[in-house]
Amino acid sequence: MLLVVLDHDRGELDESTREALTFGRVLAAKMGAPMEAALVGSDDGDLVAAAAEHGAATVHTCVHEILVDYGPDAHGSVVAQMVEALDPAAVLAGGSDRGNEVMAHAAARLDTALATNCLDVAPGDPWSMTRLQWGGSLLEDCTLEGDVALLTCAVHALAAAPAGGRRAEIRPFTAALNETHAVTMVRDRIVGEAGVTLSTANVVCGGGRGVGSEEGFAPLEELAALLGGRVGCSRAVTNLGWRPHSDQVGQTGTRIAPEIYIASGISGAVQHWVGAMASKHILAINTDREANMVAKADWAVIADLHEVIPAIIEEVRHRRG
Amino acid sequence: MKILVCVKRVPLPGARINVTDDGLEVDAAHLGFTTSPHEECAVEEAIRQKERHGGEVTVLTLGPSEAEEQLRYAASVGADHAVLVETDGAPWDPQRTAAALADVIRELEGGDPFDLVLFGNESADSGGFQVGIRVAVALGRPTVQGVKGIEVSGGVVTVRRAIDAGFEVYELPRPCVLGVREGLNLPRYPTMKGRLASKKLEIRALTTDVDPGGQTRVRLHRPVEAVSETVILGEGPDAAAAVVDVFAELGVL
Repeated sequence: MLLVVLDHDRGELDESTREALTFGRVLAAKMGAPMEAALVGSDDGDLVAAAAEHGAATVHTCVHEILVDYGPDAHGSVVAQMVEALDPAAVLAGGSDRGNEVMAHAAARLDTALATNCLDVAPGDPWSMTRLQWGGSLLEDCTLEGDVALLTCAVHALAAAPAGGRRAEIRPFTAALNETHAVTMVRDRIVGEAGVTLSTANVVCGGGRGVGSEEGFAPLEELAALLGGRVGCSRAVTNLGWRPHSDQVGQTGTRIAPEIYIASGISGAVQHWVGAMASKHILAINTDREANMVAKADWAVIADLHEVIPAIIEEVRHRRG
Repeated sequence: MKILVCVKRVPLPGARINVTDDGLEVDAAHLGFTTSPHEECAVEEAIRQKERHGGEVTVLTLGPSEAEEQLRYAASVGADHAVLVETDGAPWDPQRTAAALADVIRELEGGDPFDLVLFGNESADSGGFQVGIRVAVALGRPTVQGVKGIEVSGGVVTVRRAIDAGFEVYELPRPCVLGVREGLNLPRYPTMKGRLASKKLEIRALTTDVDPGGQTRVRLHRPVEAVSETVILGEGPDAAAAVVDVFAELGVL
């Protein structure tokens, strides 16, 4: 059996989990085994239905007073206990922050290897897989030995797709938890500014070193506001103190996936590119025709961004009348 | 307050990362080396906490003898002690790395635990997302990853972790283990005085004997890149009309 761990937060299933269930269906077929799901901390009917819709035949639910909100220790412990009791051949989660965190906790408790951020997995003895390194600019083929294969699949490794509206059987699971598991539980939340976030924005106006200064971002802000998007930046810009780290696109910043990424004055170093590569379309504005970002873009304007961006803003305003 | 920071030496990502002929390692012939970015912030945070609360910062790395360079860099910005656990040069899997670090941490502590043990959330190169958690579980200490804010007040460590729109807040007792992310702070640059002092720093060498874990590298390779034809829309402000045509075509206008 393949057990897929569901990442959910206060009644909402994380998009990475839909991807993991889709990835899991392919993997379960290769294993010739059923796919089941682990719903830790909830028995919400909508979450069960979503798991069923994506192909889980059975959903193991675990409800406990220590699981009322997310806690890596408690959730990882429950997954480890499910492995011991249900004896799956493999356990898979999505490669979200929580997915990787919960699986690492389970792996540590089971003292078993864990392959994170896989793109492709083949069952066998040993199991073999291809996983991301360097945020995806390099791939690693590796093997995994152990009584159970613990895996996460890379975010956006494939598009989530429902399998049809079958119902799933609910099997309540009783976990042994105590106060020590509750130490690391979410105590509070600080809600950020409302509206579009960088990771979900449909348009991102990115600026690099070529923007030249903190003030130089004003036209990018204006264009982003006009198009209902957000401003992003490169790591060089963050290190210069021109923008906060929360605006940084890249391996150690935010991964974006907009309809269009307008990358201005950004050379496109590997660190930045891996955060931008999920963009559906890229427009590069750069004075350097040889810049990596220009080569990778769908469209480019070879010019000074300080002249082009105000002209674009004017043109947008003109067409909207 | 006693703080330990675990760092990893990684190749500086260049424009293109190449692989050795046997496919087992990154070809670093034309690359420099650095401290993995999240861990640079971990070192900076440790020093800020020391400046605020007093105490000592120890930096620990597991790697080749050349990783001494990253330990000296940490010392040049304010770390007090440095420990190198030398490997055979080949990359170690996450289970083996964590087991070795847990052994070494126990030896360094001798029963008097570090108040904080800091890791980077994931290494820039292998990106396993697990060594810090495995060490925390081995030491029986609470741990939270993705940390972008740390406040120590008495025995309580309050941490913030970034989520899509805002932060989650956790409260941990000391001692604890934290996996931090870039953005936690902006690391300082070394001073000339710091650089000179770091050259004299004595690096403690420790060894450990642990077996490899269950994950074994077969080879590294570069992903197949989609070859895209870039359409040049123009070479000046006159291109604005063509740009806005693209916006209209994509439905974002």
